[in-house]
Formats: sequence, C-alpha cells, structure tokens
Amino acid sequence: MTALFAILSIILIAIIAVQIGRVSELAARIRGEEDAQERTNRSTSRWLLIFMVLFLLACIVSAVYYKNYMLGYGPHQAASEHGGSLDKMFNITLIVTGIVFFITQIALFWFSYKYRARKGGKALYIPHDNKIEIIWTAVPAVVMTFLVVGGLDAWNDVMADVGTDEEVIEIEAMGYQFAWQLRYPGPDGKLGSRDYKLTTGTNPIGQDWTDESNLDDFHPSEIVLPVGKKVRVRILARDVLHDFYLPHFRVKMDAVPGMPTYFVFTPTKTTEEYRQELKKYDEYNVPDPSSPEKMLWETFEYELACAELCGKGHWSMRRLVKIVSESEYEAWLKTQNSYYMSAIYKTADDPWPIDGKLPAIVASTRKQEFTDLFDTAMKGNTLAERTFVLKYVTFETGSAQLTEISKKYELANVIDAMKANSALVIGLGGHTDNTGSADANMTLSQERANAVMAYLVANGISADRLKATGYGQNQPIADNGTESGRAENRRTEFTILSGGTPAVSTVNEAAATE
Amino acid sequence: MATAVVQPTTFEEKLIQEYGYDDHFHEHHHGDKYQSSFITTYVFSQDHKMIAKQLLITGMIWGLIGALMSLVFRLQLGFPEESLAWLKPVLGQWIEVNPEGVGKLSQEFYYALVTMHGTIIVFFVLTAGLSGTFSNLLIPLMLGARDMASPLLNMMSYWFFFMAGVVMFMSLFLSTGPFSGGWTAYPPLSILPEASAGSGAGMTLWALSLVLFVVSVLLGGINYITTVLNLRTKGMSMWRMPLPIWSFFITAIIGLLSFPVLASAFFLVVFDRELGTSFFLNEIFIGGKALDHVGGSPILYQHLFWFLGHPEVYIIILPAMGLVSEVLSVNARKPIFGYKAMVFSILAIAFLSFIVWAHHMFMSGVNPFISNFFVIFTLIIAVPSAVKVFNWIATLYGGNIRFNSAMLFAIGFVSMFISGGLTGIFLGNSAIDIQMHDTYFVVAHFHIVMGVAAFFGMFAGVYHWFPKMYGRFMNETLGKIHFWGTMVSAYAIFWPMHYIGMAGVPRRYYAFDIFQSFSHFAEMNKFITIAAILAFGFQVLFVINFFYSIWKGKRLTVQNPYGATTLEWTTPVRPGHGNWPGKIPAVQRWPYDYGKDGEDFIPQIVPLKEGEHDGGHH
Repeated sequence: MTALFAILSIILIAIIAVQIGRVSELAARIRGEEDAQERTNRSTSRWLLIFMVLFLLACIVSAVYYKNYMLGYGPHQAASEHGGSLDKMFNITLIVTGIVFFITQIALFWFSYKYRARKGGKALYIPHDNKIEIIWTAVPAVVMTFLVVGGLDAWNDVMADVGTDEEVIEIEAMGYQFAWQLRYPGPDGKLGSRDYKLTTGTNPIGQDWTDESNLDDFHPSEIVLPVGKKVRVRILARDVLHDFYLPHFRVKMDAVPGMPTYFVFTPTKTTEEYRQELKKYDEYNVPDPSSPEKMLWETFEYELACAELCGKGHWSMRRLVKIVSESEYEAWLKTQNSYYMSAIYKTADDPWPIDGKLPAIVASTRKQEFTDLFDTAMKGNTLAERTFVLKYVTFETGSAQLTEISKKYELANVIDAMKANSALVIGLGGHTDNTGSADANMTLSQERANAVMAYLVANGISADRLKATGYGQNQPIADNGTESGRAENRRTEFTILSGGTPAVSTVNEAAATE
Repeated sequence: MATAVVQPTTFEEKLIQEYGYDDHFHEHHHGDKYQSSFITTYVFSQDHKMIAKQLLITGMIWGLIGALMSLVFRLQLGFPEESLAWLKPVLGQWIEVNPEGVGKLSQEFYYALVTMHGTIIVFFVLTAGLSGTFSNLLIPLMLGARDMASPLLNMMSYWFFFMAGVVMFMSLFLSTGPFSGGWTAYPPLSILPEASAGSGAGMTLWALSLVLFVVSVLLGGINYITTVLNLRTKGMSMWRMPLPIWSFFITAIIGLLSFPVLASAFFLVVFDRELGTSFFLNEIFIGGKALDHVGGSPILYQHLFWFLGHPEVYIIILPAMGLVSEVLSVNARKPIFGYKAMVFSILAIAFLSFIVWAHHMFMSGVNPFISNFFVIFTLIIAVPSAVKVFNWIATLYGGNIRFNSAMLFAIGFVSMFISGGLTGIFLGNSAIDIQMHDTYFVVAHFHIVMGVAAFFGMFAGVYHWFPKMYGRFMNETLGKIHFWGTMVSAYAIFWPMHYIGMAGVPRRYYAFDIFQSFSHFAEMNKFITIAAILAFGFQVLFVINFFYSIWKGKRLTVQNPYGATTLEWTTPVRPGHGNWPGKIPAVQRWPYDYGKDGEDFIPQIVPLKEGEHDGGHH
C-alpha cells in the first residue's frame, strides 16, 4: 500500500513537473524568446551567486561543526609517534587546497554572475594569454613541489622498517574471514616459523611446532602494548586480502596471502590517557548506548578494523587494542599462556619429543611440576602426603628398560633434588596395571623400581639413600577397567622416607606399608 | 546517377556550396540502403548518430539501475534499524525477514549491490554512455565526416556493449547472487568461490561481461582514432579541432592502450579460476583446507587492474571536460581561454595517467620506496588539471553569458571538478593516504570528481546537443530544476562524507555499530540517504524530460540555434545519412571565433578575411 502510494505520488510529481515545464515554455513563447532568455540570465546568475554564498557558508559551518572529527584536532589526535606528521601534512594540504577552493569557487560563480548576458552586451575577445598561462602553471607546480617534499619526507620516515639492532616488540596479526588472529612472540621474543600448509582448526596460523621458538608464542584475544615502545606488526592474511587498520594510530597496511607485510609504530597514549582527553569534549560526555550507566569516554577503546574488502563479514572484524604502562604490560604478559602448551602439548598434533629431546619449554615445565610436587612432599606429615608419582618416568613396553627421555629429564630432576638435599632418603615404588599375571606384574614392578634405583646410583646417589620396591598390581590409583585408568596405574612413585622438613619417624610407617 | 541537387537556402548551406568539398558521397550511397528498414535504421544501425542515441539510452537505463542499487544500500546505511521487508517482492531472498517481520538486506547482497553499482556506473554509464555517446555523435559531425571510418565496427561496438549488459543483467538473477567482491575485483576474493557466494557463477558472468565490454571499447576506440586521423574535412587541421574532439581522440588512445591490460588481468583471473593456474594466488588456506596454489601474487593483479583503472578515470572525465569546454565557450560567447594550453593539458594528463596507477596501492604492500615516484607523478597531474580549471574560469571572465541548462551543468561541472580534484591532492600524497585510504574520504573524492562531475559533463552535453540528436529542445524549466536539484543534493550527499572519512570510517562497511570509533555518524548517514533519494528523484525528472522532449519538445527550427561556430550546426536540422546533403563543409578557421572583430561568432566554414590571422591554427 505504501509502495503504491509512493509510486502514485512520484507519477503525480512527474505530471506536475511536465506541466510546469510546458507552462513556462508557453510563457517564454508569449514574452518572446529573447526577453525570456534575458530574464533567465538575470535570475539564474543571481541564483548562482546565492548558491555560492550558501555553499561556502555551509562548508565553513559544517567544518566548524565537525572540527572534532578532523585529523589532528581535539579528540581526534593521533595516538602514535608518527601520526602527528600525517596529521600535519593533512592540515597543511587542507589550508593550501582550502585557499584554492575558495578562490576558484568564488571566481567561478562571481564571473558567472557578473558576466551574465545583457541585451546588446558583448563578450571580450581574449583567446589566450601566455603570460597568465605560465603563471598559473608555475604556481601550482611550486605548491605541489612543497607538498610532495613534505609528504615524502613523512612517508619515508613512517614506512621505514626497524633496524637490525633496534629494540622492538614484534607481534603478528593474521586476517581471515572474518576476524584477526593475533600472535605474540612469548619470552624468547621471537615469532616462530610458519607454513600455510600446517594450518588446521587448532593451528590457526600454521605454526611449525617443531620450531622451538613457536612453542612459547601466545595468541591473545586483544592487542595489548606498552606505551612508548616501538612495535613492529607483521601482517598476514590466511585466505583473501585484508587490511590491518588502527585508526587512532594512523596505521594501515594490507594483509596479503603469501606475502607478509609490516607496519612499525610507537603508541604514545595509553587507553586511559586517551579517555581523559575525550572527557574534555561534550560529545563524549553522553551515556554510551551499549552500557548506559557509563559515559562514552569511559568506555572508549582503541580498535583494530579491516580496511580491505574481504567478503560479507568485512565490516565486523573488530579487535580491541589496549595501550598500557610498561608495568601493566609486564603483568599482562605473565597472564598469557603459550598456545602450544595450552592447545597442542600432548595432543596428536604435538611432534615432541623429537630425537629423544623435549623442547626447553616442556622440560622447564616438567621441572617446575616436579619441584612443586617435591616441595609439597617435603612438607608432608604422612607417608601418603610424602608420596607423588614420577609422571614422566617411562619404560620400554613390557620391559624394565628405562626410556632415554626419562633419564634425560625426570630422573635428572630427581638426581638434582637428591644432591641438593643430602639428608634425603627416598623410596622408589614400582606399580603396574592388572593385565597379565599378578606374579609377573610383581616381578616387573620390582625390576622397574630397581632400574630406576640403578640409574640413580650410577649417577652418584648413594644406594643407602634409596629403597626400591615393587608393588605389582596391588595398589591401583585408578580404574583398571579403562585404558586411561590402566595408564595411570602403571607408574613409578617417589616417597620421602626421611629427611623431609617435619622430621617424622618414618621407618616404622614404611615397614607398615610393606 | 544523378546527384541530389541541393538548393542552398541558408547562410551555412551557401558557404558549403561555395567552399565545400565534393566527395561524391551521395552518388555512391544512392537510396540510402543503410537506413532502408526499421531494423537497419533503429536496431542494427551503422549510422553514428543512431549509435550515439543507442549508447545514450542504454547508458541511461543502466544509470537508473545503478542509481537504484545505490539507494538500496544507502537505505541500509542510513536506516539500519528500519525494516526493508517491503523490498522483498523485488529482491526476494536478498531481504532476510526475521520472525518479527523485520527485513534486513543480506550482507552478501549489500556487497553485491556496491559492486554492481560501481561496475555499472564506471563502465556502462560513464564509459559507454558518456564517452561512447558523444564520441559517436560529435566526431563525424564536428570534423565534417560522413560517418565513422568503419560504420560496421561502430555498430559491432554497440552490440558488444549490449551483450556485455545482457550478461551482467543475467548475473543479477543467479541464486548465488551477482559478483560481490567490489568493482576492482581483487583476487583472491574474486577467484575463490569459497570466499564469497558472488565469486562463483556471479564472477564468471561479471568477467565475461567485462571482456565483452573491453571488445566494445576497443572497436569503438580504434574507430574514433582512425576517424579523427583520416576523415577530417578539408582545412580541419589538428589545431583546428574543437576541444571535445581532442578529448575524445585522446580518450580513445588511452582506452586502446589500457583496456587490453584490463582484459589480460581478467583472462588471468579466469585461468586461475578455471584452469588451476596460480597467477594471483599464493599460500591460501580457505574452507578448511590449504590450496595448492603457490607462487602467484595478488598484488600483480592490482598493478594490471590499475594500469587500466587509473587511466579509466580520465577516460571518463576527459570527454566530460571536452564537452564542458565547448558548452562554456559557446554560451559565454567567448573563445575558450588558452586553447593550446587546454590541448597540452589533455595530452599531459593522458601521458601522466599511465604512470600514476600505483597511487591506488600505497597501502597494498608494495615496496614503500616505489611509492615515492607515484606520489610525484600523481601530484604533477594536479598542474594540468589546475590549468584547465583556470582556463575555464578565464573563459567566463568578460563573457556575455547565456544561461541555459547545458551552461548551468557546465558551470556545475567546474565547481564539482574543483571540489573533487582538490581532495585528490590529499589522497595522492602517500603519507596522508595512510589514514585516508579506503575511508569515506576516498568515496567523497572520487564520487565528486569522476562521478558527479562526469555526470554534469554528460548532462551539459545532452542538453546542448539534444537538438542535434532529435531536432527538438529539451524543456529548459525542467532542465533547470534538474540542475539545481542535482547540484544541491549531490553536494549534500558527498560533502559530509569528507568528515566521515576524516574520522577514519572505512568504506564498504555494511554497518557501523560494531565499532565505537565509527558509530558517531548515524544522523549524518540518514541525511546522506535522504539526499541520495532526492538526487535520484531529480534524475528521474531528467529521464522524463528526455523522453517527453523526444516527441513533444520545442522544435528546432534553425540550423544553428546557439550561434555556434562548429560544423555540426551546419548540417540540416535533422541530418540524414552522410550528415550533409551535398558537399561536406570545408574548414577555414579555428573553432572558437566568438566575439572576434565585433562579430558575435564566425563559423568555421567562413573564410578568413583579407589580412585576418587565424592565430597559428593551421
């Protein structure tokens, strides 16, 4: 109905328009063509002048009204070191072009008005004037030269890559349909290598997990950076073109599949400082529509957007960017966990150990794990509290042959602990699951405990401080009905018999458990 | 065979009879077999004037379609909360109606509309409809030629364009939708159907359509060049050609050199899509799998595309400049100021247009060092452009200006060209482009300078030469309403976009509410959308005026209604096949003798007086 009404009114307007046209044409014919043209010239030239005045006024008024959205003014100042030079170029250009704009528009409309045809009027015959042509070729050329020099000076400064010995935080942002995947280098400061063919659902950037520098990299959900530190963003694309765009920092660069690009910038204002800036402006002292109890300036966040058409979700690729103080940044870094450790470690995708070696991050994690358990056990009051499983001591299948990797890492931790605590006497308990005969299991568990002991002795721990016991399948800690339960039951236990911090008499208790 | 005996009655006819050149044309074309039936007259016409009309009307139809598309996506941008369910009968599945009955434009289709709007307006309307129309109409008429060098190729040029249009139109009805990756069709988005629904069959038809279009442009262009070089009448030296001819001639050369590069880019895209090559693809993981394509570069496509894409904006604007120069001069009753400077600036712009393409790519990942050169060349273009503006303004100075719709649009063109051209100085400077690239500032810039300005040039041309096409005038009152409405609403649409762009809002966003930084402009976007609807209304008025005037407009009763000097006004009121009934006119002087020696105007066919100089225009 509305549509019909709209169509009918359009048709009506069209008919009216045509009628107006016909009437004025008739009027012109009655008045005489020349008179009509004369009247038209007079009125039209006046309208052109009125238009010019209104148009130029509208330009000025709107520019004043929107001044707070212009580059480099008020709340829209750059939050990066290089941003100011861009804003300056913008404003120099604005002044230069503004002058030209007003002069030419005024001349155009003023001449149109002034030189309207009058009865008996004659036009001047001025076909050309080479002097004037030279002047108005040379003047723009000189002005352009200044703009080019200023612009390129800023450009080459902004786009320069970091020097080899410069201190810089390198992070990575990969655009995909339709979000950004972020990556930080972790404590080693290095982003690990990648190959797009390794990309899977659990490996969004295609990191090569055999490269150790990948293993400490973490994937935060937002960009957090310290103020005043130079940042180099490595920009990648996984599927189609994207563009890494940080409007407040004057940062923009396409993300191209197969061709990493970069942008180097230094944030100069923390999020909080920027909020305080915004607080000074009325338009930010209104409630935020999405959380009305807060003012707009309070909820302000820096944002990362996409600025290259990448498909139907192009408009929605938002990530938050937070600029914080150095100490806040350090604190934040501590809360971030290695992506490898939280999502890849010990899954089917984990290639480690490679050649009997564990990556440093895993070895140190395991060492930390051992130390924690050991420290707890040292403070234990009962024997049970003084016992923990040496999770990473493993044997070749069906034999008492220690794996090389157990020796290299977990048993090395045990040796270190024994050497550091010379009063320590420990029990090494071998356990199996319930597959096979109980006798055979008893024998195997004893042999395995012995093997551990033998290895420790061979590495300089006195046999007096060690007591190896096989328990067979008698002390399950998990359900033998499931595979994971059985795996848990096959274990080597570490028990502090004496030398712990609460000095308890342990021999009897140890005897009792036997 | 007897030559049709023409009794000269008018001043012009007498001059042609006396000084004209007899090419015995009518002895060979007796009976006018090329326009003997309805089909050969109106459909498969080989007459340049009819082909011009075909191009113009086809362009107008596409213009309406392209503009309507922009209204639909402007509704989404201006009124994102409003239900568009009422469009469901037309747009079908592209309006997604939720259970509450609120209809939303689908995101995919939003991008399809944006893409189609750009493609249609740039290629079909402003290349074929503007440059094609007036090159066809005016080159033979202003040069004193009987027709194009090859009328057959000329006809084929139109029909290739027509086929391109049919294919593009068909793509609108695909179930997966038309192509939606932007008019620039950057790969990998345009190559991988996994990346976007429109990159399936939609892209296939899009590419096919544009390849047909390139063929059309090349057939047309080679014809324009040949005609200008070979079919100028006696006395019509290059330096005596009116400025529109110079601009059409140079435009055709630009097109001939750059469109094949575009075609090659499209062919390589098709190879990548269909044959598994990797020209533009490298290391892509999409749809859950890593593709085998390695070694290509998406940037290579951008180089190829913009090698056409940038000259293309001059292909659009140069003809408009030519038309405006002529209309300004005729109606100011003054010679165009600095004719030779105007020609040299066209040549300079044309040359420079080939070495600035990468200014579209400052932020694309090309080496920042190479951008230095492109900044320099780009900003140099401002110089010839500025010279043209100053010369137009100087042409008005001291004139005796007659205001009609054509003249108003010509003045409007200059205003628009200034406004839009100046913002180019921002964008061409790579440092500023870091922030401005792909924001609304760019949208404002190119719409004003090559969208609105080019349309203004086209309107100036249509109003001015309509009598030559149809033997009637367009209605002046409606024309003036059209001008004022368009002038005001066009500025109302695009001026505010500068502010949106300065605030950093990216273009090609379906909605702005996700980003706090981009969501300040809801009111302004409403305003822009309303202005766009109004602007569209004024264009409908133009179309009504156009078709009304074809049959009902004021009749043209004299040969030379504007007191113009150029040759097209020496033909009969309704020129037939061959344009001049008897001899073709011979040219005696340059085309801008307005107000010389106290005469209001001296047509080109009037011989120089004793001792009169033609200012070096030999």
